[in-house]
Amino acid sequence: MTGRAPLSYEAIERELGGLVERSWQSFGMPVLELRAENLLPLVTRLRDRFDFALFLDVTAVDYPERSPRFDVVYHFYSRRHNQRIRLKVRVPAERPVVPTLAGHYGSARYMEREVHDMYGIEFAGNEDLRPILLYEGFVGHPLRKDYPIEREQPMVPYRTG
Amino acid sequence: MALMDYMTTKKDELVGWIRKFSLFPYPFVTACCGMEFMAVSSTLYDTDRFGAALPRFTPRQADLLMVVGTISHKEAPILKKVYDQMCEPKWVMAFGACATSGGFYRNYGVLQGIDRVIPVDIYVPGCPPRPETVIDAIMMLQDRIAGDHHPILPAEQRGREPSHANKVFPIFPAADRVPPSQT
Repeated sequence: MTGRAPLSYEAIERELGGLVERSWQSFGMPVLELRAENLLPLVTRLRDRFDFALFLDVTAVDYPERSPRFDVVYHFYSRRHNQRIRLKVRVPAERPVVPTLAGHYGSARYMEREVHDMYGIEFAGNEDLRPILLYEGFVGHPLRKDYPIEREQPMVPYRTG
Repeated sequence: MALMDYMTTKKDELVGWIRKFSLFPYPFVTACCGMEFMAVSSTLYDTDRFGAALPRFTPRQADLLMVVGTISHKEAPILKKVYDQMCEPKWVMAFGACATSGGFYRNYGVLQGIDRVIPVDIYVPGCPPRPETVIDAIMMLQDRIAGDHHPILPAEQRGREPSHANKVFPIFPAADRVPPSQT
């Protein structure tokens, strides 16, 4: 394992500073906020240089009153450093698009389908964004804050009487 | 005439007595209530005492559908199909708060009570229900079966409306569904 940089907050800052907009620590975990176009280069370097080989999760956060409305949040884990890292990408409601990570991590295909179900985030390059937890014909994205909490979309017609 | 009336009553009593002690449950277990179902069907509480101990894992051989746990909208077509596959006579027990009313799930995903999709004979409250509650429900169902009319003779079957369960419902019927691309 020679030639790989040891992990420290400063090393991450130094190596990746150009790709990151803001960074801070949250409960000991580095958090990097970046623009969508820098996501793929940053993830490539995190995986190859810092050994973040495990893609833990991708999810999103909806801030209805904020101007770039959504945060797409990624978590990665490095077994070698026993270290987690969080990436945040802000995307606007009019064009909620981020590049897919399916080329870097195979598990991203399913997790991105779930985020597409629940928040309507588009993952450019992921060809298979069929519903995975929801069903064909479901209208809207239920984890967006403007989805009516009591709206039902039954698959079986209800009994009458 | 009086003789015929007397015989009809006795026939229903006999058939009801037979049916109430040979309930074959089909456990449609989807959630944590399944643990209570295991507790109530195993040694300590032992539903075998009520003749309701042998679960049949095919709906065609069962006559008591026990819906144990949360039913989501995505699962409702499966539940409906299982119910339609059961032969008459059949009864349905909504086991626990989720099957009864959706429980504490009030959201986009959960069916607010299975009685919106299939008819329910007995509701068991609790989250999860105590085994005593389940046994009470089985006994109440047995009382009801014992007092029921059981039309098994050919003369009684004539002119009966076919059960609604035998009609076929399309799963995606409504034209008001919009493809997701148009949202």
